[in-house]
Amino acid sequence: MINVQNITKVFTTKSGPLTAVNHVNFTIDEGEIFGIIGYSGAGKSTLIRMFNGLETPTEGSLTIADKDITNIRGKELRLARREIGMIFQHFNLLWSRTVRGNISFPLEIAGVPKALREKRVENLIKLVGLEGREDAYPSQLSGGQKQRVGIARALANNPKVLLCDEATSALDPQTTDAILDLLVDINRKLGLTIILITHEMHVIRKICHRVAVMDSGKIVEIAPVLDIFRHPKEEITKRFIGQVTEPEETKETIDHLLEKYPDGKIAKLSFIGDVAEQAIITRLIRELPVTVNILQGKVSQTRNGAYGTLFIHIEGNPSDIEAAIDFLNKNQVGVEVVQND
Amino acid sequence: MIETLFPNVDWEKAWEKTVETLYMTGISLVWIFIIGIILGLLLFLTSEGNLWQNKFINWIISAVVNIFRSIPFVILIVLLIPFTRVLVGTMIGMEAALPALIIGSAPFYARMVEIGLREIDKGVIEAAKAMGAKTSTIIFKVLLPESMPAIISGITVTAIALVGYTAIAGVIGAGGLGDYAYLDGFSRNQNDVTLFATLLILIIVFIIQFIGDIITKKIDKR
Ligand SMILES: Nc1ncnc2c1ncn2[C@@H]1O[C@H](COP(=O)(O)OP(=O)(O)O)[C@@H](O)[C@H]1O
Ligand SMILES: [Mg+2]
Repeated sequence: MINVQNITKVFTTKSGPLTAVNHVNFTIDEGEIFGIIGYSGAGKSTLIRMFNGLETPTEGSLTIADKDITNIRGKELRLARREIGMIFQHFNLLWSRTVRGNISFPLEIAGVPKALREKRVENLIKLVGLEGREDAYPSQLSGGQKQRVGIARALANNPKVLLCDEATSALDPQTTDAILDLLVDINRKLGLTIILITHEMHVIRKICHRVAVMDSGKIVEIAPVLDIFRHPKEEITKRFIGQVTEPEETKETIDHLLEKYPDGKIAKLSFIGDVAEQAIITRLIRELPVTVNILQGKVSQTRNGAYGTLFIHIEGNPSDIEAAIDFLNKNQVGVEVVQND
Repeated sequence: MIETLFPNVDWEKAWEKTVETLYMTGISLVWIFIIGIILGLLLFLTSEGNLWQNKFINWIISAVVNIFRSIPFVILIVLLIPFTRVLVGTMIGMEAALPALIIGSAPFYARMVEIGLREIDKGVIEAAKAMGAKTSTIIFKVLLPESMPAIISGITVTAIALVGYTAIAGVIGAGGLGDYAYLDGFSRNQNDVTLFATLLILIIVFIIQFIGDIITKKIDKR
């Protein structure tokens, strides 16, 4: 449905040209939730802003439903924009209008008659769960409620595509989850294609079907979310995955254990779906003369299945430890030995 | 009681002069409001990174605004004499004061409008663009409503300054309370008349401030 071809954006700055987006290619299917993850300054906002012509590419083309967005101007561009909703990190609501007024705004732009507009606004308010807050001003709303207004507003003209620029980055974890659930709900109910950019792997893990990892203007890796978790290729991707699979204290715990048990080995196991990891560990202990301590475990639910990680400490004589790792590998478990260093 | 405090005040005349001051302030304020908003919008829209970004036009408007803002009002009246003659046909009376009042205050107000517009979050303008809004829609449905508190508080400040300007214009022959204080008060050595005219001006200023504050407070939902 969406085809991004060789898209490049070079900004002219006082200190010379700056390539914010560097020859990016990918396609997005209809009804897909596509995530783009990258650190601050990677070029994510610049990339997503080219989807609705807020930024014009220096090179390349971008087609949405067979319409090239990059070389239309004026009225044609404005009409195309009505079919592309966008939500923002800081919501960007009009403070001078109520919830109702804000949601009504894109309908006014599209010239929808008043009676129809009012009806549509009521429906949207229900869709995003803001009943009872219709007449509140943005300053009277919580962050999560403001983003719900932003979502309702973006959906007002029945767009085919929804662009989300760090839509949950200003929200606390609970609110983030609620907003993400709402996005999934809308994606299912309306069959809307969603493109979201974020620096949080949690957001990708929770709702995206596929993810592109962006670094210094380039897409360095792109795959279904579960595959990225299983076989991350790039170092940067591994770091993002670590945000989800390795709680902050993990590294400290491991460092501590490496010091405490210099002879054993610490391994990070990863498994897909509902593999009974406990059973494998039990068999491991039965079949080989090793001791296993479970240090930390976590199962992360993605849209294409569960992904689990488990940190264990294996003690025993070196050849037995090697055998243990072979055993785990044979049982379809990803094993990565955490080095003593 | 009041008669004993202000023995020389002719009530009917005082009232007439008050109406004249209100008339001059009111008429010029309407023009200043319109011209100031247009100039303020142009200053904002043609500035760097905005919808009609244009260095040259921005520089011209900026220069004109700054020049007229810097000329002292009394000098402006004198400078504008030929222009006023052509436009109004006379050099005395309330109408003759209007060009100077408007040209003297509109640039000042334009700057305040521009400052108000600059305070609008860029993201909100961008959101409107992303929704497919035309520039006129952005002006009337985003820029003006979102900067309304600044527009109103700016016109309040301008109106108060304007009351002062009408008094100066009055001394030169435009009528109003300034004229009353000067001709009937100062020239005839009737201090009570001067004092009374001053009191009336103060009351007008307080009422303008009061109304301005109420409106600003009511529309500011930030
Ligand atoms: N309008 C602009 N002019 C010049 N440089 C810009 C502009 N917008 C973004 N950049 C630069 O492009 C790079 C990518 O920015 P951005 O797309 O905002 O990254 P991200 O959203 O991933 O944090 C940054 O180095 C930023 O400074
Ligand atoms: Mg960004």
